[in-house]
Amino acid sequence: MQESAILKTEDLKFRYNRGEEPADAPWKFVLDGISIEIERGSFVAVLGHNGSGKSTLAKHFNAILLPESGKVYVEDIDTADESRLFDIRRAVGMVFQNPDNQLVATVIEEDVAFAPENMGIESKEIRQRVDDALKSVGMYEYREQSPAQLSGGQKQRVAIAGIIAMRPDCIVMDEPTSMLDPRGRREVLGTIETLRGRYGITVVLITHYMNEAAMADRLLVMNEGKIILDGKPLEVFQNIDLIKSIGLDVPQSVELIHKLNREGLNLRTDILSADDCADAIAEYFLKNRPASGCKGAAYMRVLK
Amino acid sequence: MLKDITIGQYYPGKSILHRLDPRMKMIMTFVFIVALFAASNKIGLAVGAFIVIIAYACAKIPLKFLMKSLKPIIPLVLITSVLNLFFLTEGNALFRFWIITVTTEGISFAVVMSVRIICLIAGTSLLTYTTTPIALTDAIEQLLAPLKKIKLPVHELAMMMTIAMRFIPTLIDETDKIMNAQKARGADLETGGPVKRVKALVPILIPLFVSAFRRADELAIAMECRCYQGGEGRTRMNHLKMKLIDLWAGLFILACLAGVVCINIFL
Ligand SMILES: Nc1ncnc2c1ncn2[C@@H]1O[C@H](COP(=O)(O)OP(=O)(O)OP(=O)(O)O)[C@@H](O)[C@H]1O
Ligand SMILES: [Mg+2]
Repeated sequence: MQESAILKTEDLKFRYNRGEEPADAPWKFVLDGISIEIERGSFVAVLGHNGSGKSTLAKHFNAILLPESGKVYVEDIDTADESRLFDIRRAVGMVFQNPDNQLVATVIEEDVAFAPENMGIESKEIRQRVDDALKSVGMYEYREQSPAQLSGGQKQRVAIAGIIAMRPDCIVMDEPTSMLDPRGRREVLGTIETLRGRYGITVVLITHYMNEAAMADRLLVMNEGKIILDGKPLEVFQNIDLIKSIGLDVPQSVELIHKLNREGLNLRTDILSADDCADAIAEYFLKNRPASGCKGAAYMRVLK
Repeated sequence: MLKDITIGQYYPGKSILHRLDPRMKMIMTFVFIVALFAASNKIGLAVGAFIVIIAYACAKIPLKFLMKSLKPIIPLVLITSVLNLFFLTEGNALFRFWIITVTTEGISFAVVMSVRIICLIAGTSLLTYTTTPIALTDAIEQLLAPLKKIKLPVHELAMMMTIAMRFIPTLIDETDKIMNAQKARGADLETGGPVKRVKALVPILIPLFVSAFRRADELAIAMECRCYQGGEGRTRMNHLKMKLIDLWAGLFILACLAGVVCINIFL
């Protein structure tokens, strides 16, 4: 088996409520033959519209759900092996959408200590892990407060600290920013960046936001329980028509460049951020000044 | 409106009482209650009242705070005193009026009873004033630990208390939201007789329960993800430690109990 893959699925299939279905009309598979390998230390984003099976996939990564057929391996441990459940949970931490429903204790530091306490770690070491985790999410000053007094973004950071304190090799986050305002979202994304820099942790980020997906090293797009696109965000976003056909958007800058190119402009396509996009367009106009009359009209048409 | 409800009446401070081990404080409270009921005469009770006053002064709890916890029992105190006054008719009568006879024994018994109830409430409130809820649950878990032998789910009970305390503010917030949502749909929660008002609560309680169950489900998964598998093999970050001062405090309260018993016997 490959050493580098921290998470691996082999033809994973899954349905909810198996056995309750009518005999003549079996349920559709929620996960329908997923085979992926996620490398140690990478940052993978997962996109897909509501109900495409993202959360269901995430729950297979630490044995909350077990495959109906196929296999899931976490660090080469088969998740179906119940005797290793503890090792699996320890290796893969999960952060969920609603920060309120993940915090257990009435004091922040006690909450962060929850996982290490469950793991039976010695109290001095727990103290150290808790302080370290709270510092790395920037919540150390709040350690003695109650979670009820925090904003959504802060609560979510505490939830992340609670996972960090387990020292997992991988964190799976299921839409951790979807209940947050832009500021809370920035806080959480900043935290993810810090963690990757500091612990070299593998991150799987499930999201609905294109700009979050664009931050990743690798992007998976799911539809109806299948992975339909897999690659670097830049490459994946080039398949604009396919992405749009399953009801998702691409980042606005990518779309703009695409439309301009369709109108006959010849712009670079290796662009994700709005700034790069503006630069590319400026560059183009500087280069093609004489003929800019009709192209300018094309540009205006697209903007409208 | 609902936010005004105070939960866990902890009053932050740094006094000796705040720093005592919560287990010792619970034991002391228990001994104190026993002493209060053991004190059958006025001198013993006066000692009890004196201890309460000293303890409050020591913990620097404002009188206003104490009044808040005494307020609900004032009617109880009044009723018991009045009943004692009128129905204890033996002994030397102070004055008679129609069918009512007030005796000195009646008066003294009423006073003793009132002081006892007030001391009881004030003394036990002191425990929650000077101890954080989390320290309290830890203490309960450890004090009851021997009962695990007879299969009492002590750890689970303590966990339930912690989670309940954690979620009370969340659920109160949610109740507020649901009430506003129902009001916006024209629900009338504030007028009408008691039956109508209770009925008006139904559309608030149902969504509240549904959401609480959903939360419980998510919380259970999140706890499992964090390696929770019950109390077995679990360690703690903060250990409770008995110090010398706790020992002295324990001895002090035992001495008080002994004193009260002696007063009963010899006076
Ligand atoms: N506990 C469950 N029981 C039965 N069916 C479920 C359950 N959870 C999800 N499903 C169904 O499985 C499918 C995939 O759900 P899943 O939650 O994985 O989607 P998702 O991609 O995470 O969507 P979203 O973007 O809304 O979070 C949906 O059709 C959903 O109705
Ligand atoms: Mg989901």
